Amino acid sequence: MGIGRDEVMRIAELARLEFGEEDAAKYAKELDLILGYVAKLEEVGTEGKEALTHAQELVNVMRDDVPVEGLSQEQALMNAPARKGEFFLVPRIMDNSDED
Amino acid sequence: MSWETVIGIEVHVELSTESKVFCGCKTRFGARPNTQVCPVCLGMPGVLPVLNRKAVEYCMKAALALNCEVSGRTKFDRKNYFYPDLPKAYQISQYDMPIGKNGWMDVEVDGKAKRIGIRRVHLEEETGKLVHAGDDITSAESSMIDFNRCGIPLIEIVSEADMRSADEARAYLVKLRSILLAIGVSDCKMEEGSMRCEANVSIRPEGSTEFGALTEMKNIASFKAVYKAIEFESKRQAKVLESGGRVRRETRHWDDLKSETVFMRSKEQAHDYRYFPEPDLVPLEIDRAWTDRVKDTIPELPDQRKARYVADYGLGQRESSLISDDMDLSTYFEKGIEAGAEAKALANWMTGELAAALNASGTEISSSKAGPAEMAELLGMVAKNEISGKTAKEVFAEVFAKGGSPRKMVEAMGLGQISGEEELRKAAVAVIDANPGPSADYIAGKENAIMFLVGQLMKATKGRANPKMANQLLKQELDGRKKNL
Repeated sequence: MGIGRDEVMRIAELARLEFGEEDAAKYAKELDLILGYVAKLEEVGTEGKEALTHAQELVNVMRDDVPVEGLSQEQALMNAPARKGEFFLVPRIMDNSDED
Repeated sequence: MSWETVIGIEVHVELSTESKVFCGCKTRFGARPNTQVCPVCLGMPGVLPVLNRKAVEYCMKAALALNCEVSGRTKFDRKNYFYPDLPKAYQISQYDMPIGKNGWMDVEVDGKAKRIGIRRVHLEEETGKLVHAGDDITSAESSMIDFNRCGIPLIEIVSEADMRSADEARAYLVKLRSILLAIGVSDCKMEEGSMRCEANVSIRPEGSTEFGALTEMKNIASFKAVYKAIEFESKRQAKVLESGGRVRRETRHWDDLKSETVFMRSKEQAHDYRYFPEPDLVPLEIDRAWTDRVKDTIPELPDQRKARYVADYGLGQRESSLISDDMDLSTYFEKGIEAGAEAKALANWMTGELAAALNASGTEISSSKAGPAEMAELLGMVAKNEISGKTAKEVFAEVFAKGGSPRKMVEAMGLGQISGEEELRKAAVAVIDANPGPSADYIAGKENAIMFLVGQLMKATKGRANPKMANQLLKQELDGRKKNL
């Protein structure tokens, strides 16, 4: 396999991380080591086995649809780096990548 | 070249649960900003989501009503992306194991039935709401966020690319809304954003089986806008292809004021959401018994309603599906019948005069001033021969424009039919005297001449005579004169 510089930079961009070329080379090496370690798992035969989606064996943990009191508006906003009246304030949205 | 339009539709619907999908916050619309929030939906560190059972059941209910297979084992996944309306920087959604899949819905367009595939129905969480501060979106220095909406349960319903015209797309959405309203899982208010849709549109040469490059259209806020956006977009793509260009895979924004789609972003730099199973939630196992219990809560759906309209009211197949596929039309129809309207006449008016008036004025039937009670009153007067069909249309136009009681309108305008026989007989005699030629023709045996005289009598009474009675009285009068000859 081998994680290259480009892949590191791409992951950095997706995770909104910023670092220089030197660090990129270092992280590429480190990520490679981690993946190499985990690659041992590929030696295990999983043919016909259903994928495990959770480490717990529990299923169907649910609550009833009953509303409970949350935070007050003041509490909700008290840790906001910036606020405007009753709202959280964030820098202007540059791209239109709104999603659902 | 003749082109075929290929359309697939994604619909997001907010479920009308009392509390959010992963925390107990209220979901009421219109509350003061940031007053229905808690550490879970604000994405504070160290919190854990707990799944709302009702949200799961509503999603199952929608999936079942859309004829989906409801998954035995399913799970939730994290969809990772950065956007300020999403405080955790990921959305809990379902990636490869949706609650419902492989369903279908039948729609009817121009009397032709068409089956639209439903690829999947899955459960996820709603995002917060961005409010743009400053003058407008482009000049705004910053954005304001209200997280009340964040965490409201949302289902995404993805159709197959089975639609071939804007009409089919609209029919699909109208019926989908009708089904969701019938099962009571959402209020489906497009104006409040509790139902939103995106259309994927591509075109290909007629007869081709390959798909063209598609564009995804966002910001479609009404069924009318869906129709217009698809019409616009398929024409735009045809123009691009016909001038030797290439349709780019991109997301476009529907501008309702300008009635056009504008470029938003390229799809070629596709998002990488790095989905992975949500470790904070355990898997969900939906067994047969649970599915059956949810199935039992599904009430009459549009298809069954259609069959009932045909069987109980003798409506034709076409007008029956026109009404039953649309929840608002169905409500109007049933309220009208409750108010005493004769079903067939009501259906005729709803698909004729009323539909035309609504269309021409751009009014929704739910806010029509000629409501079901008014319509029942109007049709009752026609049935009792108190007014003619022609007068009914005039009265309808008045009521539709201004509202009010049709009966009072008839009285005020002096439009009631002349029911007094004496009054009408006098008018008939006057018509005979004024038209000696046709009268003589009738007496001489040309029975058709009566039609002319009836027409004259209707004219003389400004349409207020009952045509049957006018015919009868004229004949009586003329036959009497014939005997006396």
